[in-house]
Amino acid sequence: MKNEFQVIADLIEKDKKVLDVGCADGTLMKFLKDNKNINIRGLEISKEKVQECIAKGLTVIEGNAEKDLKQFPDKSFDYVVLSQTLQAFLNPELVLDELLRVGKKAIVTIPNFGYWKVRFHLLFKGTMPITKTLPDEWYNTPNLHMCTIKDFFHFVKSKDIKIFKSLALNNLNSSIINESNLGVKNLFADLGIFLIEK
Amino acid sequence: MNTEKNIKTLIVKKPLKLDCGKTIKDFPIAYETYGSLNSKKDNAILVFHALTGDQFVTGINPVTNKEGWWSYAVGPDKAIDTNKYFVICSNVIGGCMGSYGPSHKDPDQKIFGTNFPVITINDMVNAQYNLLDHFGIDKLFSITGGSMGGMQVLQFISNFPDKSKTVIPIATTSSHSAQNIAFNELGRQAITADINWKDGNYTSSDTNPGKGLAVARMAAHITYLSKKGLQEKFGRKLQEREDLKFGFDADFQIESYLRYQGSVFVDRFDANSYLYITRAMDYFDLAKQFNGNLSEAFINTNAKFFIISFTSDWLYPTQENKDIVIALNSIGADVGFVEIESDKGHDSFLLDVPDFLSALKNFLDKSYEEN
Repeated sequence: MKNEFQVIADLIEKDKKVLDVGCADGTLMKFLKDNKNINIRGLEISKEKVQECIAKGLTVIEGNAEKDLKQFPDKSFDYVVLSQTLQAFLNPELVLDELLRVGKKAIVTIPNFGYWKVRFHLLFKGTMPITKTLPDEWYNTPNLHMCTIKDFFHFVKSKDIKIFKSLALNNLNSSIINESNLGVKNLFADLGIFLIEK
Repeated sequence: MNTEKNIKTLIVKKPLKLDCGKTIKDFPIAYETYGSLNSKKDNAILVFHALTGDQFVTGINPVTNKEGWWSYAVGPDKAIDTNKYFVICSNVIGGCMGSYGPSHKDPDQKIFGTNFPVITINDMVNAQYNLLDHFGIDKLFSITGGSMGGMQVLQFISNFPDKSKTVIPIATTSSHSAQNIAFNELGRQAITADINWKDGNYTSSDTNPGKGLAVARMAAHITYLSKKGLQEKFGRKLQEREDLKFGFDADFQIESYLRYQGSVFVDRFDANSYLYITRAMDYFDLAKQFNGNLSEAFINTNAKFFIISFTSDWLYPTQENKDIVIALNSIGADVGFVEIESDKGHDSFLLDVPDFLSALKNFLDKSYEEN
């Protein structure tokens, strides 16, 4: 399991009810179910991935987060997880609002466009950056709204969303992000992980 | 048909009050089982059949000598694995494979015909519930069925919220739409317009409204397939001829196919049963039973739901299946949902659709492991 999921799992206490939005093949769900006795649900758009989740014995709903989150009642989950998908929505702001409506808390991770490799790639190669967390070409990427850790940090603040914890992830190392080290973390982390609440 | 010796029957002694107000008692429910009930009695799956199905889910149907209607899904090592699970299926009341229906005799030994009480999906599941007592099963492992079978699944768990661990409605709806009712009415009109129908009293003579019933089946059959499926299978191909014949014989393969479907159907199905069962489907509106709030139908159950629809099913389209998912999610129920890609229309659930069968198998087997 990738390090990102381990960090997310560490943010969630045992026996909670969790919705994994864009749960893909259910790796994180399975881990949470088996190791933390989490009552876990998934929402996934890909039919193939849904089948993989079913084969793992996971409860998953085939659907699109932009349309299908509205069926869940307010605060019906302790945590709602959104891993590296926010930037792929047509309207990330609406999705974020929905995550925070459905979940008492939300855990959102974003691939950091401010990561130094991304900046270097664009600066020196002059082509759209391709990295481990941004593996696609400009013409086939699902990503519509790339942002940096700094962008997201400011965005949630401007929406009066409370940040409980924000973590910068670089390979296997995770570290706390705060106002004072934001610039540095924005340069050296390829992934940002935010635990938020509204 | 109800005199066949291959039909197992449970006589329900307990009176059953029907939605129409009448009460029936000492009535037969014809059923079949597959696999064996384990000592803990926790491996039973109750399968509900669709409009023209019967209790012979798999293997060779001893009455028609044809494959059971769900042979792709049910059997040893199949999605519903009879090496593992004990599968029970019964003919719905109003049907014509041995359960109490319009071809039975009333207490005065006269064949019911249209004097048989109008039954509902609710009546059907209340009647079938007696099978649990019969087998001494306190809680089923699963209930499942497609189309009208799915309606019974929804009604059953609503009526008996703690009687099944898992619930699998397939290609179904919680409320028959105007289009659904329209197609059923077309079928009923075809039957009642047949001169041999005689207000439903045909069974007292040798003639029966076979022509009308065949037309009803042909019309319904079209609704079970997709436009793309039909086009790919038949297109404009001609039936055993080089060119058009400029007449009204079956020039096209699709015509010949439909005529065949109609003709084989009348050999195994009773026209009055067709009227009764389609009526039960039309009357089905689960939300209405709960003042328009479908979620209320499921408020008392902790069962694990898994809902399956098919992309090309336009009779009970994905959205109608999703409405059930939405109702369940809004009360925090444990519900999974998948829409299976298939060109085979509503009939997909009866056919060899690997993604469907593997999803069904995985859901059942994984849920059973957690038992």
